Amino acid sequence: MGYSKEQMARRAAAEIPEGSIVNLGIGLPTLCADYLPEGHAFLHSENGLLGMGPFPYEGEEDPQLINAGKQTVTVLPGGSTFDSAMSFAMIRGGHVDLAILGAMQVSADGDLANWAVPGGKVMGIGGAMDLANGCRRVIALMQHATKDGEHKLVRACSYPLTARRVVDRVITELGVFDPVAGAGPDGGGGFRVIELAPGVDRAEVARLTGAPLVD
Amino acid sequence: MRNADLPFVGRHHHKVKDSVAAALDGLDSGMTVMVGGFGLCGNAEALIRGVIDRGVKDLTLVSNNAGNLGKGLATWLRAGLIRKVICSYLGTNEDLHSRMAAGTIEVEVTPQGTLVERMRAAGAGIPAFYTPTGVGTVVEDGKEVRELDGRLYVMERALPADYALIRARKVDRFGNCRFYRTARNFSPIMATAARTTIVEADELLDVGAIDPDDVHLPGLYVHRIVAVPEHEDPFEYKTSRKRPAAEGA
Repeated sequence: MGYSKEQMARRAAAEIPEGSIVNLGIGLPTLCADYLPEGHAFLHSENGLLGMGPFPYEGEEDPQLINAGKQTVTVLPGGSTFDSAMSFAMIRGGHVDLAILGAMQVSADGDLANWAVPGGKVMGIGGAMDLANGCRRVIALMQHATKDGEHKLVRACSYPLTARRVVDRVITELGVFDPVAGAGPDGGGGFRVIELAPGVDRAEVARLTGAPLVD
Repeated sequence: MRNADLPFVGRHHHKVKDSVAAALDGLDSGMTVMVGGFGLCGNAEALIRGVIDRGVKDLTLVSNNAGNLGKGLATWLRAGLIRKVICSYLGTNEDLHSRMAAGTIEVEVTPQGTLVERMRAAGAGIPAFYTPTGVGTVVEDGKEVRELDGRLYVMERALPADYALIRARKVDRFGNCRFYRTARNFSPIMATAARTTIVEADELLDVGAIDPDDVHLPGLYVHRIVAVPEHEDPFEYKTSRKRPAAEGA
């Protein structure tokens, strides 16, 4: 039932406009690059790289050419490298069109929690807060609920926040949903159902979602 | 921030030092030290080793990651030189996680863009600035939050340092620097924020060897240079893809 990880990445990649500047977060969002036609968009990596290419061929890895996940990458013709201040000025200044980020929780108001688990090890903030606040559009690519069925699409995030009211769209294995503040029947936020993954039924999604589904 | 107590005479002559130890002269216990690099990428490896050899302690380290895999700045953690770390990301750096949990090192986690902008501000004579990053999160705790043009912003303060230890691919004897690929990251910004910047040069060149239009960091931000041609440059995550089989093979 629903999308596989690869199908989720493919579905998220379909959100990337032609000729746009995109930042892909660490983990599943990185896979989106595999589903982009050559030359479709320009990938930005916040450690100081625009025009990021695929992983290098075996034997051609360069430890001084990495992405924000510290993996070895390549740079495409037309690419550029720059310092961290310029890289984050690009992000904060609204010059990066789209960020596709992983998420632990997203609220129906569009709040994002993706940097720390309460009581867990603090991995750090990295570029997450700057990307969430600065990029023109933010898509969360995430599992719909935890393995135990605990909601991750919620009324209000219980995990430490990354940013408030920034998520435009959520893509999960169950479908595509837009958080809309004030759209719920009680005046709170709701998740607008944009599409359901093949074989997924709406009642099941409603059970696994911690906020109202709206049309 | 006018650095009024620094000398005027000779500060930009004779920058090239013949040893790492000579380059690190004056870096003492209790100082704030910025170290360039994104994880292990772009580290000034010889200067990092040299600080351990100096036997200093109680340093405040400002760096994006504070090392990883026991390498780079993780060697400072293991050697017990550090009192406080200001960084953006700990990730899998177990040396930092264990010391933070034990309470032996204070860790200030800052959004990455805010971290570098605080350095940029310090280097540019700007004492504070407003950023949208961190609004409505723990990052705004204890800071002024202000609405400007209908949006909320957090006030962040400039972050200066006593020393910056950076690395560049090509450096001339005045200190003009060119960096290589993503090894540049925080280094040129740290150079502007520190009272004394020391550059570890992969390649030391005569003045004039770098075209003025190709200089990434003008030499006025650099005070000492040490040539170090050999580096380990460890991989953190060596990722690759298979070469496609030749046509018809």
